Amino acid sequence: MKKIEAIIKPFKLDALKEALNEIGVQGITVVEVKGYGRQKGHTEIYRGAEYVVDFIPKIKVETVVNDEMVDKVVDTIASTVQTGKIGDGKIFVLPIEQARRIRTGEIDNEAI
Amino acid sequence: MRKYITPSLIILLLIGAGPALAGDEPAITIKTNADAIATVQNNLNYVWTLIAAALVFFMQAGFAMVESGFTRAKSAVNIMMKNLLDFSMGSLAFWAVGFGLMFGASKTGWFGTTDFFLSGWSGPEGDPWVLAFWMFQCVFAATAATIVSGAVAERTKFTGYLVYSIVVCAFIYPIFGSWAWGSLLNGSGWLEGLGFIDFAGSTVVHSVGGWCALAGAMVLGPRIGKYGSKGEIKAIPGHNIPMAAIGVFILWLGWFGFNPGSTTTGDTSIAMIFVNTNLSAAAGAVGAMITSWIIFKKPDIGMSLNGALAGLVGITAGCANVNPSSSIIIGLISGIIVVFSVMTLDRIHIDDPVGAVSVHGVCGAWGTLAAGLFDMGGISAKVIGVQLLGIGSAFIWAFGTAFILFKVVDATIGLRVSKEEEMIGVDISEHAAHAYNDFQVTN
Repeated sequence: MKKIEAIIKPFKLDALKEALNEIGVQGITVVEVKGYGRQKGHTEIYRGAEYVVDFIPKIKVETVVNDEMVDKVVDTIASTVQTGKIGDGKIFVLPIEQARRIRTGEIDNEAI
Repeated sequence: MRKYITPSLIILLLIGAGPALAGDEPAITIKTNADAIATVQNNLNYVWTLIAAALVFFMQAGFAMVESGFTRAKSAVNIMMKNLLDFSMGSLAFWAVGFGLMFGASKTGWFGTTDFFLSGWSGPEGDPWVLAFWMFQCVFAATAATIVSGAVAERTKFTGYLVYSIVVCAFIYPIFGSWAWGSLLNGSGWLEGLGFIDFAGSTVVHSVGGWCALAGAMVLGPRIGKYGSKGEIKAIPGHNIPMAAIGVFILWLGWFGFNPGSTTTGDTSIAMIFVNTNLSAAAGAVGAMITSWIIFKKPDIGMSLNGALAGLVGITAGCANVNPSSSIIIGLISGIIVVFSVMTLDRIHIDDPVGAVSVHGVCGAWGTLAAGLFDMGGISAKVIGVQLLGIGSAFIWAFGTAFILFKVVDATIGLRVSKEEEMIGVDISEHAAHAYNDFQVTN
């Protein structure tokens, strides 16, 4: 089992949800996050004073899948959310030690 | 003439059914008809004045929205409390003291000495006009008071603000008001005696409030983090711009009571005042938008909202004596002035989070001068001189007394919260409350 975390542009969330549904991902968890990468935020103006917004709003999508699914999911995420412009985000893959569905008690691959 | 005539009798008189009842009713004469018409007009005056008072009251909601929208979420409870309580404390202070100082009989022309505690109304048999007029003037006094709230936002002790609210509605606003408007009831002011034009209060209400705001912001000093160690200006963005925008729309609506209501007469003169008020506000928003677009390369929402208010303040003095095209020029210039005024205050490190000093103080002064410059009756050096005298005396009186008041409050009960309290936010430190209670686990 692997956990896939993708940090994406917020407006890409709907498209990504549909794409993941199509390839059989059972569920996702979404978190509103803020952060910066190499672009280091952007400039805004408030009542005549310029200021830098360091942390730009992003969406972090999390899902846990079977090992065989990992490459397909990562590819799907990358092709769905890529715009080619700065700030497209990143995908991380992490190992998962255990999973349990609380309602039924199923474990690991049965539970995800 | 405010005698009671029963509605049914008025109807009978108007439809000419009177003669049928000639046996037991007084005969219809030209005089009784004139009296009946006068009664209808009188009733209309009451209704219009009190509807306008309700519109002006609603401006309190507008101020509350503008101020909390332009400041941080951690100060929203405090802003709401200040707006609620400056109206409430102000109403009581104006009832007890302010109304008498402003509209009571004045031997000297400097302040009234009768009509305290609404004593001008002697009971059910008394003249109810005193009540209607009081209500209309009360919402005006509270408008002057609440202007300060935004300029001193996010760093003022609540108790200090309450003291200020009482003093401004009991003394500072009414005494200046008596100079310009005392004769609207029983008083007589020296300034109006000279021919000062300020129909609905560019100076009497807005400049007075704006200069009090300037004094408050100066005595308090800027919010922590507003200016950097090298003096650079830092933005402290407001937490809800749509709320600020709704506030401006509410204020714009309220101004349709503020200016046309100042006729306190239900007649046709309100049409031009409505149009002037609207055109000036529109031109103010456009003027500020264009100015901000040129300077900042983007049309700025905060400045454009301030521009609409600047246009409204600017036309308040002259709304009844300038024509609609002049009101566009007045509004446009107000919108331009307000942007430069906000930038100038920032440069000299006077922190006014909502632009109250620029909108009300500066554009109030401009509007008062404009009422003389664009007078439909023609321009005269004497009138301009009197307008300038009114503008100057408002500044000296309001800024001077408010500066002393804020200094005294600072030295006695304290005007500013501690550094720690300011960082946590005045909502928590002054009221132990949050405006937005999501994501808190309470047990």
